[in-house]
Amino acid sequence: MNFDFSDDQKSLKDEARRFLADKAGAKVTRRVLDDAAVSYDDGLWRAVAEMGWLGAAIPEEHGGLGLGRLELCVLAEELGRAVAPIPFSSTVYFFAEALMLAGSDAQKAAVLPKVAAGEVIGCFALSEGPGAPSASSIQAKFDGATLNGVKIPVTDGDCASHAVVVAKEGAGISLVLVDLNQAGVTRTTLKTLDPTRGHAKLEFKNAKAERIGAAGQGWDLAEAVLDRAAVLLAFEQVGGSQACLEMATAYAKERYAFSRQIGSFQAIKHKLADMYVSIEVARSNAYYGAWALSTEAAEMPFAAAASRVAASDAYYLCAKENIQTHGGMGFTWDVDCHLFFRRAKLLAVQAGAPAVWKEKLVKRLEQRNAA
Amino acid sequence: MDFNDTTEEAKFRAEARAFLEANLTPKSSDKERLQRKLTPAEYLKAAKAYQAKKAENGFAGITWAKEQGGRGLPPIYSVIFNQEEAKFDAPSAPFSIGLGMCVPTVIAFADEATKDRYVAKALRGDEIWCQLFSEPGAGSDVAASKTKAVRDGDDWVINGQKVWTTGAQFSDFGIVLVRTNPDVEKHKGLTMFIVDMKQAGVDVRPIHQASGGRDFNEVYFTDVRVPDKNRLGDPGQGWGVALVTLMNERLAVGGSYGPDYKEIFEFAKGINAPSGDGPLIQDEAFRQKLADWIVRAEGYKLAKFRTMTALSKGQTPGPESSIGKVINANQMMDIGNTAIEALDHYGIINDGDLAPLEGAFHQSYMFAPGLRIAGGTDEILKNIIAERVLGLPQDVRVDKGVAFKDLPSGR
Repeated sequence: MNFDFSDDQKSLKDEARRFLADKAGAKVTRRVLDDAAVSYDDGLWRAVAEMGWLGAAIPEEHGGLGLGRLELCVLAEELGRAVAPIPFSSTVYFFAEALMLAGSDAQKAAVLPKVAAGEVIGCFALSEGPGAPSASSIQAKFDGATLNGVKIPVTDGDCASHAVVVAKEGAGISLVLVDLNQAGVTRTTLKTLDPTRGHAKLEFKNAKAERIGAAGQGWDLAEAVLDRAAVLLAFEQVGGSQACLEMATAYAKERYAFSRQIGSFQAIKHKLADMYVSIEVARSNAYYGAWALSTEAAEMPFAAAASRVAASDAYYLCAKENIQTHGGMGFTWDVDCHLFFRRAKLLAVQAGAPAVWKEKLVKRLEQRNAA
Repeated sequence: MDFNDTTEEAKFRAEARAFLEANLTPKSSDKERLQRKLTPAEYLKAAKAYQAKKAENGFAGITWAKEQGGRGLPPIYSVIFNQEEAKFDAPSAPFSIGLGMCVPTVIAFADEATKDRYVAKALRGDEIWCQLFSEPGAGSDVAASKTKAVRDGDDWVINGQKVWTTGAQFSDFGIVLVRTNPDVEKHKGLTMFIVDMKQAGVDVRPIHQASGGRDFNEVYFTDVRVPDKNRLGDPGQGWGVALVTLMNERLAVGGSYGPDYKEIFEFAKGINAPSGDGPLIQDEAFRQKLADWIVRAEGYKLAKFRTMTALSKGQTPGPESSIGKVINANQMMDIGNTAIEALDHYGIINDGDLAPLEGAFHQSYMFAPGLRIAGGTDEILKNIIAERVLGLPQDVRVDKGVAFKDLPSGR
């Protein structure tokens, strides 16, 4: 039994934490929050690219570090803890994973080295409107060469240079790769609950596009991309949850009410203990997801859904109770609690909301039992 | 990351498996039903015989030092044996508290002669032990114990009452926490003794539980004499001794009980949904709840794998293992409750011949309230997580600097 990260992976995590403590954190996140014209922090993005993190899981032949998905999980947890205001998840967990999963050798050779170098910012365009999308609800249309339709919202769609888009092709669904810097693409920046990450509406009018993977296989591929992203997002969520717990714990030790530390009241203790339990449940499920992702185990769909359900629930609980523990101060713009509360909701709904993943989890239990 | 045993662990697991296959029958609901039909005396006899076989074959006291008759292996091997044993109908319950909590305390605090007298017999299953801590006025606040011991020559004389004592009716010995000095602070006036449960003045009475069963006892002590050589630790040091015992309790009570998500998933295929439209398993509200149960059950199981990993690397798990019972007891309650409500009016029937799973959901519903209390209430376990894991300050203490006899105690 070795259900833990290796010493090397733990060193990477320590290194990432030190690096982000220096280069990221609330100050950097707030630069993006407070400036509507800025959709991500370019300095942090460049620094992360220089560290090689964008290519951590990209093979060396394509310009990456050729590390595994476990290393990526470790980085994800630290980026989540730092509420990093960069398009890392869109580029790495969605865009690059989609290419590595289904791209042709030529597509991988053309795009992945640029991802690793930080020259390409990627995004994943699935949603087209209110409610969970399905294979039958997708309206965007690919005709073998050009793409038409509307995607809203697209996380990091305002700053991305490329997108992987889920679109109809004939009677089926395909994944297509689109260069967003072309005449056929119109972007409209969206106002969202989490302004520390950019969001856009993308409109495609006869935009040049190329298919990734086989025609008609797009929905299954999209599900597979979402599963991979679910595990990596779960680590971001665990990192954010842990940061909330630590913040609330520190405040409960220093804040006095009724002439005693508020952390000495059982009402606060039990709240924080509940947060701790939710994180342990989320972390344990996420580790299982990490194992399944890194070994390409048959258990991956089940493990990914369990990771995501547990992590979304934990982050919501920890983010809201962090505000509650801080009292009135926690409801101010200047205290960082709301950065986590906002990010918790973005991470919970992008790639499918908790209810969607709970349904997937039960369906996958049924499939597993039927197999 | 992998879920594989090391070579040594795999070898041990195979050895354990062979022993268990030779001596026990694999778990099945039919067998379990038969098990329940054994009289308590028959079950105890089977349990003692099984314990003796474990001792002969080196599967008793796996982590205990060799000089105590153990095998001197790291804790991971004990976990491996327990994992394998859980697949069989093992009559091991009468020994779990004695060998898990009491005798390790004896080993930690007794002199050589005392250890020679008790340890080997306990390990072979010749003698059974119980733990006498809780009192009617000292539950979560177990250091408020009032049962007293007064020195009389070479003996101490015990008077008072303990409660919730598992296995007292068939135990030969117990460790008992008593007040030897009411004139000092609460935690400083306690002492721990080994007590002979079969002697005159020890009166064991079963407690009729709210769930209907009689799994625990009250134990009354009337002028019970205990020789001073049966003392564990110095007079007044009993609380420190008790903490050593209790450290093991949270690990002992962490297991899962009753039907979990897999059982209610199967159950939901054969029950009508509240809409009247198809089976419950197709009901969206039910499926959402089922997903929550899956992640908690899997999360708990996987958290134990993380603990095993730490054990396997020779690390000692800390108070974080307290989370297990908080998760399980509440999940057991919730699943039992949901299954009963899903049965609609029929849910009130708990006759094992008529109710689903022989009434197991109903048993969960009725036993879960006890499990949320036993071995540390939800609230105490959350305090432990808050104070020992997160480092939050203790609550304001009104008992500091006050002699025990002067503390308010209500009724």
